[in-house]
Amino acid sequence: MGRFVARRLLQMIPVFIGTTLLIFLMVYSLPGDPVKAMFGSKAADPATVAKLRHDYGLDKPLIQQYWDYISGLFQGDFGQSFTGRPVADLMADAFPVTIRLALFAFAIELVVGIGLGVLTGLRRGKFLDQVVLIFTLIVVSIPVFVLGNLAQFVIGVKWKLVTPTVRDSQDLSQLILPAVVLALLSLAYVTRLTRTTVAENLRADYIRTAVAKGLPRRRVVGVHLMRNSLIPVVTFLGTDLGMLMGGAIVTEGIFNVPGVGNTLYQAVITSEGPTVVGVVTVLVLVYLVSSLVVDLLYAVLDPRIRYA
Amino acid sequence: MRGAKSAKWVVGAIVVAMAATACGGGSSNDDEGNAAVDPNGVFTYYNTEPQRGLIPTNTNEVGGHYMMANMFRGLVTFDINNKLQMAQAQSVDTTDNQHFTVKLKPGWKFHNGETVTANSFVKAWNWAANAKNAQLNSSWFEAIKGYEDVHPEKGDPKSDTMSGLKVVNDNEFTIELSRPVSTFKERLYYDAFFPLPEAFYKDPKAFGEHPIGNGPYKMEGSWAHKVELKVRKFADYKGDDKPKNGGIDFKFYSKDDAAYADLLSDKLDIMYQVPNSQVGKFKDDLGKRAISQPYGGNTNIGFPLYDKEWGKPEKAKVRQGLSMAIDRDTIAKRALKGSKDAATGFTPKGIPGWQDGACGEYCKFDPAKAKELIKQGGGVPGNKVTITYNADGANKEWVDAVCNDIRQNAGVECVTDAKPTFQEARDLITDKKLSNPFRMAWVMDFPNIANFVTEQFRTGAGANDMGYSDKSVDALMNKADEAKTEDEANKGYFEAEKKLFEQMPAIPLFTDHTVAGYSKRVQNVKIDYQRQAVWTEVEVKK
Repeated sequence: MGRFVARRLLQMIPVFIGTTLLIFLMVYSLPGDPVKAMFGSKAADPATVAKLRHDYGLDKPLIQQYWDYISGLFQGDFGQSFTGRPVADLMADAFPVTIRLALFAFAIELVVGIGLGVLTGLRRGKFLDQVVLIFTLIVVSIPVFVLGNLAQFVIGVKWKLVTPTVRDSQDLSQLILPAVVLALLSLAYVTRLTRTTVAENLRADYIRTAVAKGLPRRRVVGVHLMRNSLIPVVTFLGTDLGMLMGGAIVTEGIFNVPGVGNTLYQAVITSEGPTVVGVVTVLVLVYLVSSLVVDLLYAVLDPRIRYA
Repeated sequence: MRGAKSAKWVVGAIVVAMAATACGGGSSNDDEGNAAVDPNGVFTYYNTEPQRGLIPTNTNEVGGHYMMANMFRGLVTFDINNKLQMAQAQSVDTTDNQHFTVKLKPGWKFHNGETVTANSFVKAWNWAANAKNAQLNSSWFEAIKGYEDVHPEKGDPKSDTMSGLKVVNDNEFTIELSRPVSTFKERLYYDAFFPLPEAFYKDPKAFGEHPIGNGPYKMEGSWAHKVELKVRKFADYKGDDKPKNGGIDFKFYSKDDAAYADLLSDKLDIMYQVPNSQVGKFKDDLGKRAISQPYGGNTNIGFPLYDKEWGKPEKAKVRQGLSMAIDRDTIAKRALKGSKDAATGFTPKGIPGWQDGACGEYCKFDPAKAKELIKQGGGVPGNKVTITYNADGANKEWVDAVCNDIRQNAGVECVTDAKPTFQEARDLITDKKLSNPFRMAWVMDFPNIANFVTEQFRTGAGANDMGYSDKSVDALMNKADEAKTEDEANKGYFEAEKKLFEQMPAIPLFTDHTVAGYSKRVQNVKIDYQRQAVWTEVEVKK
């Protein structure tokens, strides 16, 4: 187990270097000069442009810029954004907001998604199953920005049940609407996924054995059925958590949540290399860790899986 | 602008939502102007996160400017009718538009208690003009004598101070320019000319996070990045425009659609520009609280006169012909839903110096004449017009409509070329890499005809994207520059503007509108030509 984890952690190093280099190169190949763009539609003053380029290290060869960036990174320096603020500060602002929103959404899809999945799986073909099927189909087929704007307009503007946008991300009541919108799509997937595996496993031999042994139904479903049925769901949830952490550009935009998605979007628009690379680097780490956790969870759920 | 891509979907979604809630376009009752007012009431104002630290000489975008405009007062300011007024200055005198004597109103204070003196201005300007400090607005000082010493094209500055600035005493200083500039007094209005307290020089970066100005509002608390910035009434403010409210909370939005939802539910008080997707219906939503009025900005099509084909003298006729093929009025009303007006010249109506009909017949819709002129000019180069524009702004609607008009009325093939970002389109234009017409827009720095004429059409001017150069036009502008009175100068610039249409380096299309709205919580909301509310006048209802 320890060895497995160590190996996985070591594997992260090349992935980490590869992704940062790729992102770095990609940002620099974006068309448009970010320094000149600071002047808007006015003519860029050459002396000021030269000074700014020098200050941001943009006058050096690309590979040296990358080297400077990486060596700074290992000293905990994420560089400076064109706004004049350290990238670390930008991230310290954005990540807590997104983490709060993501965990909220994640909790919703976990509880409601798996709950509905198990219920419908056990009552296959019954009325509830049909209703949930229709609901999930609707959610999956409507694009998130329609859903988000609709929810905002009806619940926020017309009914005034919640504020239409998030003003204070520490106030969980304001986060409910964006979190639900963010969770809905994955929630539908989790429900469908759980339903299918539960329904399938219900007919498996070991379940029939458990029932035949005379175990109480609660134990059959709660332990025997769930443990096996959750493996594909956990895989999905693991990657989904990574995705949620990456910030939902659309949802954050609709509800004006100052999170990671927003920060990243702005940075890409203004070709802010350091910010894009910094945020993406952290996101890569989040993905790597969450997929590691998923792998470890397999072993917990399925006793046949053992990591040496 | 932001969120334009999803605009159609949003409209669709809202239509569905309205049907779902069984509600047509709501008409709300607004009792305007008579409610009891809370003199310490705070209102919220739509804004975007400033792109840089809040230093006046480094702020050149609206997000930061709105904050600067409230926390600072320059020597002069403009009132709502675009009339120049003295602010921190008692007087700015000149006899030749080259030598200025500035007298300050004594006793003004910065928010930290420091007195505003002549040195607060002179030192700040010298610092900002210095190439070492790489300020984005440094070129605003370019006319001051000695600028090239502190801001050489290349290499280190030779001096720390501009010889044209001299402090006489605490409340008086003189400015000497390297050449007469008749609009210099107007220019002093711009953010770049604001004074700075001594505290600034100790740590400019920290100052950028928490500016200390001399304006009617001072900053409260710290800047919650991407969320909000609060300013409150400054008790020691000595100006005439003392706030009638307690302060302003600037709310930062990344999408204007989100802000509009807040406005509709009274969670946001003033939005100076409603989303493009809502322009067609915002009057139904807001009733009397909707504002639609002219704005000091225009939209044009520029031509690459540096290009071999377009640079030929006879192509002036082609440009005039293309201009006459465009039915501006119909496009403004239909495609743009009244968010822009048809242009009759480059200067928008209402700007000092504006006169009707600078463009004359060349901006009138006349397909027959259009075809004839294009024929006389030997046709469009390559027999095809391509219009380059940036797709991240709200441009697609009018570019498509204009192209359509050219195709139908001039019989010339027309295609549009959308670049994904402003930055990308801008690079192609400023590097003079285009060989086809392009979107060209101008938002005024200060309300005067000079700003619309000289910045884009003088030989070698900063925003002369066309590479246009005409000696007779330059001569008219120079003459206006040296005019003794404002009136004479304005007339001179109008002459130059008129003269431009003989060559027609750019086709004027539209002048912009401010389409704003406010909530039920506030009243007495007036918006000026720079698309900013007269903040100090806003009244918050009890």
